[in-house]
Amino acid sequence: MTVPQDPAERRVVVTGPPRRTAPHARLRSRRRHPHASGYYRPRTEIDEQTTLGHTYVRSLMRTQLRAALSVFAVLVLLVGPLPLVFAAAPDAGRLAWLVLGFCLYAPLILLARWYVRRAERNERDFVRLVEDR
Amino acid sequence: MNPNFAIPAVALVVVATVLVGAFGLRVSRTTSDFYVASRTVGPRLNAAAISGEYLSAASFLGIAGLVLVQGPDMLWYPVGYTAGYLVLLLFVAAPLRRSGAYTLPDFAEARLASPGVRRLAGAFVVGVGWLYLLPQLQGAGLTLAVLTGAPDPLGGIVVAVVVVATVAAGGMRSITFVQAFQYWLKLTALLVPALFLLLAWQGDGAPRHAFEEPATFREQRTVRVEDTVDLDLERPLTVTVRGRVDGRPHDETRLRLSAGPHRIAAGTRLTFAAGTPVPAAERAGTGPMSTSLAASREERPLYATYGLILATFLGTMGLPHVVVRFYTSPHGVAARRTTVAVLALIGGFYLLPPVYGALGRLYAPELTLTKGTDAAVLLLPDRMIGGLGGDLLGALVAGGAFAAFLSTASGLTMAVAGVLTQDVLPSRGVRHFRLGTVLAMAVPLAASVLVGGLPVADAVGLAFAVSASSFCPLLVLGIWWRRLTPPGAAAGMLVGGGSAFLAVAATMAGFPGGGPLHALLAWPALWSVPLGFLTMVLVSLATASRVPPGTAAILARFHLPEELWAEAKA
Repeated sequence: MTVPQDPAERRVVVTGPPRRTAPHARLRSRRRHPHASGYYRPRTEIDEQTTLGHTYVRSLMRTQLRAALSVFAVLVLLVGPLPLVFAAAPDAGRLAWLVLGFCLYAPLILLARWYVRRAERNERDFVRLVEDR
Repeated sequence: MNPNFAIPAVALVVVATVLVGAFGLRVSRTTSDFYVASRTVGPRLNAAAISGEYLSAASFLGIAGLVLVQGPDMLWYPVGYTAGYLVLLLFVAAPLRRSGAYTLPDFAEARLASPGVRRLAGAFVVGVGWLYLLPQLQGAGLTLAVLTGAPDPLGGIVVAVVVVATVAAGGMRSITFVQAFQYWLKLTALLVPALFLLLAWQGDGAPRHAFEEPATFREQRTVRVEDTVDLDLERPLTVTVRGRVDGRPHDETRLRLSAGPHRIAAGTRLTFAAGTPVPAAERAGTGPMSTSLAASREERPLYATYGLILATFLGTMGLPHVVVRFYTSPHGVAARRTTVAVLALIGGFYLLPPVYGALGRLYAPELTLTKGTDAAVLLLPDRMIGGLGGDLLGALVAGGAFAAFLSTASGLTMAVAGVLTQDVLPSRGVRHFRLGTVLAMAVPLAASVLVGGLPVADAVGLAFAVSASSFCPLLVLGIWWRRLTPPGAAAGMLVGGGSAFLAVAATMAGFPGGGPLHALLAWPALWSVPLGFLTMVLVSLATASRVPPGTAAILARFHLPEELWAEAKA
């Protein structure tokens, strides 16, 4: 599969303060209600959609995409060579019956569980980061 | 097959479907209830509902039939149907739920703020939905014809009427109950007979040559050829013939047919000795569920296998009835967990069709000659067990098959009707939704009655290929790439989905005949999916000024955990 080739995705993570704010982000922020005091800075940045806030969101997207792509890579490595193996192996019929019929579903479910655990942990870490807990 | 048991079983399934739907009706009050069950469906119920909806006639009958005819390569279908959910989980599930959209067109509009892209996505949803409904209705017709000898369109009409009634009356809430109920019904209807069949197989001394290529007759068997078939023999075949072969009449003559093409006239009786390999008819198994495109696999098996893998892995996320289900989860985390449960439920179910396929190769190999391979699952209990037990188990399987038609058809009708109501009919509201339901079902029903004998089966493969090359780029790039523009999305969907559609339509019309070009057109996913992605990316980059202004905010909504934006709104 082609993976979205976004030049922005390959940039180094930005950790410094923003140099300028995007004009449209300011415009849209008026939809939000003003916040009670007591929020820590990252959280407010995200709510008000400043460039720094976007940087936080980008970093979350990048970790989530990395998690998805790594599980997808395992899936491709697991499934991709199988047709070649079946075409090359001498007693392919029996092997294909066994593998395709009964042996692939459990690994698929395990991959799914692994991904969900990783994605949920990423989200928890992110919430902890922005709420500074 | 004894219709005295099968007809009550089918009737029972239909009545139970209507009753469970009516139970939902009492709690369905608001418009939100109607479309997305008020988003309160928990992961377990929702997962059973999604699986019930997804396991169509193609899964219930078609896979066993395909495996019976073409061997284990066809097991890539169920693997692909399942892995499609894994890919959906990885890239789409949680952000799609957080997008807060009801349908795929809603998603397109929310992400790109463009009514034009919305209408295009709506057109693709309706097209893919209708393509997928067609084989369901035809399969229902075939099943009822096998069971009772009823005229072909009747089963389709029964399914259409029941589906329109339940969907129009109760909407999504009642459908959720109906679908969840039908998953367990389908699993039971396939699992219980499978256990008895395996016991019968054990009692038979557990013959193991089911996995040999090609399948062979275990005992002397006489086959009556219903329709004229063309055989293309790979090696000489000795057979006793009563009837016409290659235009010459024979009367109980022992013939040695040389390798090469032969034509068996309708009504001919062939008697095969024990141990004879089963000859495969050309375009065998062109029942509604086994795709006739399979014939081209001989020419480029590896290419075709990879095409199949790509189409099913990436096409699942764009099927309209699959996607609409995710909006019924309460939040993104639940949507993810639901998907894992769905994978487990579907994976468990798909352990069964290979069993039927393997037993079919042992006990009913002659189905490959009579083109009734889709009926293998229905016929095996009678063939292997017989008597009252066989009749009862056969009735159970028949009921399950009908549940399969009903559940997939209602999910598709729901999705298509939702798009028609919101984007085509003049005003919204529950009454128009009912009108949309009738419309959503009327078109494929008319098509299935009119086109009858055409290889509509290709519609399933076509639906997956078109969905993989149009909706998969839209969803994946829409969720993960901030530079996507409305013209890019529209161009990618048109070029990717449109070319996949034209390629398979050309194959169905019998355009190029044979050779590598034929394989390229019959299995378009391998080139049309990259083409769709590439077009979407390049056109988006070329129209960089058209990136919708709210993109950053929308992507934040897609990816931020709900606890962050729920508080932000308070």
